[in-house]
Amino acid sequence: MEIKRKTRIRNMRYEDFNDNESLEKYVEELRAGGVNIFVGSINDIINWGRSNSVWPLTFATSCCGIEFMCVGAARADFARFGWEVTRNSPRQADVIFVCGTIVQKMAPVLKRLYDQMAEPKYVMAVGSCAICGGPFRDSYHVVQGVGEIIPVDVYVPGCPPRPDAMLYGMMQLERKIKLQNFFKLPDQPSIPPQSGAEERPDTENKQIQS
Amino acid sequence: MTETTDKTIQAPEYAETERVDGRTVFTVPAERLHDAARYLRDVAGCDFLIDIVGMDWGDSLGAFYHMSPTDRPAEVITLKTATTDRETPHLESVCDVWEVAQTYEREVHDFFGIVFTGNPDMRRLFLRESWQGYPLRKDYDADPALNPLHKESEPLSDMDVVPYFTLEDGRLVGHMRQMYEEDEYIVNFGPQHPAMHGVLHLRVSLDGEVIRSVDPNLGYIHRGIEKMCESYAYPQILHLTERLDYLSGNINRHAFCLCCEKALQIEAPQRAVYVRTIMDELTRIASHLLGWGSMCMDMGSITAFVYGMRDREKVMDIFEDTAGGRLMTSYYTIGGLASDIHPDFCRKVKEFIPYMRKMLREHHMLFTGNPIAAGRMKKTGRLTLDDAISLGATGPSGRASGWSNDIRKIAPYAAYDKVDFEVPMRTGGDTFDRYMVRLDEIEQSLRIIEQLIDNIPEGPYAEKMRPIIKLPEGEYFQRVENARGQFGVHISSRGDKTPYRVKFRSPCLPLVGALKHITPGSKVADLIMIGGSLDYVIPCMDR
Ligand code: SF4
Repeated sequence: MEIKRKTRIRNMRYEDFNDNESLEKYVEELRAGGVNIFVGSINDIINWGRSNSVWPLTFATSCCGIEFMCVGAARADFARFGWEVTRNSPRQADVIFVCGTIVQKMAPVLKRLYDQMAEPKYVMAVGSCAICGGPFRDSYHVVQGVGEIIPVDVYVPGCPPRPDAMLYGMMQLERKIKLQNFFKLPDQPSIPPQSGAEERPDTENKQIQS
Repeated sequence: MTETTDKTIQAPEYAETERVDGRTVFTVPAERLHDAARYLRDVAGCDFLIDIVGMDWGDSLGAFYHMSPTDRPAEVITLKTATTDRETPHLESVCDVWEVAQTYEREVHDFFGIVFTGNPDMRRLFLRESWQGYPLRKDYDADPALNPLHKESEPLSDMDVVPYFTLEDGRLVGHMRQMYEEDEYIVNFGPQHPAMHGVLHLRVSLDGEVIRSVDPNLGYIHRGIEKMCESYAYPQILHLTERLDYLSGNINRHAFCLCCEKALQIEAPQRAVYVRTIMDELTRIASHLLGWGSMCMDMGSITAFVYGMRDREKVMDIFEDTAGGRLMTSYYTIGGLASDIHPDFCRKVKEFIPYMRKMLREHHMLFTGNPIAAGRMKKTGRLTLDDAISLGATGPSGRASGWSNDIRKIAPYAAYDKVDFEVPMRTGGDTFDRYMVRLDEIEQSLRIIEQLIDNIPEGPYAEKMRPIIKLPEGEYFQRVENARGQFGVHISSRGDKTPYRVKFRSPCLPLVGALKHITPGSKVADLIMIGGSLDYVIPCMDR
């Protein structure tokens, strides 16, 4: 069964998105795999449900968290999009919004939270801190982007991003979910190698000699 | 600026006295530090320790102790001491003189490696126990290979072993003690907890439902801002100040601008002064609304949160028109403002005042009058006046205990001496009083704005500044009143375009000390409510 070239969601027109290219590339890749019509139809139904009720985890470390609260509050109100409520337990959450700076001491906690979430799970890096360290990139204690610890699906730039920007990012994720083959999701998403990864110090194997 | 010269304090004979930046500075040798502290507290009446600023002068390590007498609150007296020993630097602890010093000394220890003898707790405050080096020392090695990113947390049992030091025959002797007894029941609260307002980690020892002790574990959002400041130019640092306590972003930025302006001996144009004051008060309102909303949410009332956020959006709109940013406005600059106000600014602010008054009545109706809420809040989490002073709990939390400590009143800056307003005070010191002080402050902020909004003078909005700002050599300290209490900026300049050392006095760090102090004996279910009533912002205390 052919996957439709244009992934449509209820809340925003396809043409209004800025970067349809990356999504179309993803569609090409998926098409190459091919799915039979029966599985494909069930898949569509499941994804329709999944993409319209993605529940985020209540998680915020700093300033971006305040804008995240605004997204949940009266004006922006993400419940309109079916994102409904934030979940307090990672076991019940589908997506984690990494709002705010992640520092060295917090990184293991974030990793563990991510590991505790049930599959399929998604990550949104909100704000320049979560993307690359942001204004604190020069600091000795700040992680240079959560991409080092967990795989990220959507990046929302800004310092802090406006609530509208977060909604936009959420809709991008919605499109991604709609496309995925539910029956072939990886067990555990892995961190894609990043450019410049070789130069990074090997953080996993080097332990402190104490 | 009202600055009184204090002739009343007699210097002890071992101290050198000088007047710097409107403050009296006593320099004492390290051996006499404790005597001087006792003297200043007991004889000279300096019962409020504002902050301890750790310093690395290259050849010596030491600290500034800023303090203030509560009966002459505008005065700041500074005690300075240094030790030349860089291998095992140690100073005598003053935590028996001021309780808040215990936390401050841990911070200095964490950043500079100075050991305080007599302080019962010498664990690191922010960084993990295995962190190599002391980051704020000038010779700190920032090589990431020394401190790689861990993917596993440090075992929590490390937190239970508390090192402390004593001085025996002039030699430093280290000891260890266990934090908890064998059969104590410990619950971890945070760092990720939906009601924690951020990433604070509390280790709570419980006796059934009742709290025995609370041990805050900080540093989950320690961003190393003070170290970064040392390599940034002054206008660049402004952006970092906003991100400390993002809910009082404008006010923090104001503090840094004021401190630089004081050092450069310039004054912002009157137009900027008025606009800054209005923006500060709007920030305070927005912050209190969020604080109110999230405290009510902690107690189970989601509606209050949604209402608070709804009204806060109005303030955000005003900010956005004028400054372009909602939460981070980046609006004040050294010498004035980044741009003029938006043509709609005055109209929108004037519309906001009656709206907010109406909503405030609604908020009171919704929550304050609720007998269940009031019943839970009254008589829980009592902070007495003496404790508030000794713990340095400034701001609304201190004022709820009857401590008048509002910088806007006692040492007016900006346009606060031109307006008529009251400082809401209460004397009970319990959760309900703290809750009420915040809501009353919203009303007073509206009053301040009302008096200023029609009188914004015409004229330039900023002083013309050279692109590279160099502060003259010296030490500068400036306090302002942010939404949580006294926010202070200490800049130590050597005349370069970057500061030698910047220290921010966080109003939130003492508040978590207050939490530790007042919660034992309460029910664990009230812990979050009491925390909400103190309204701390965690990135502000972690810096
Ligand atoms: S991106 Fe900016 S607003 Fe967001 S957490 Fe980082 S500093 Fe704060």
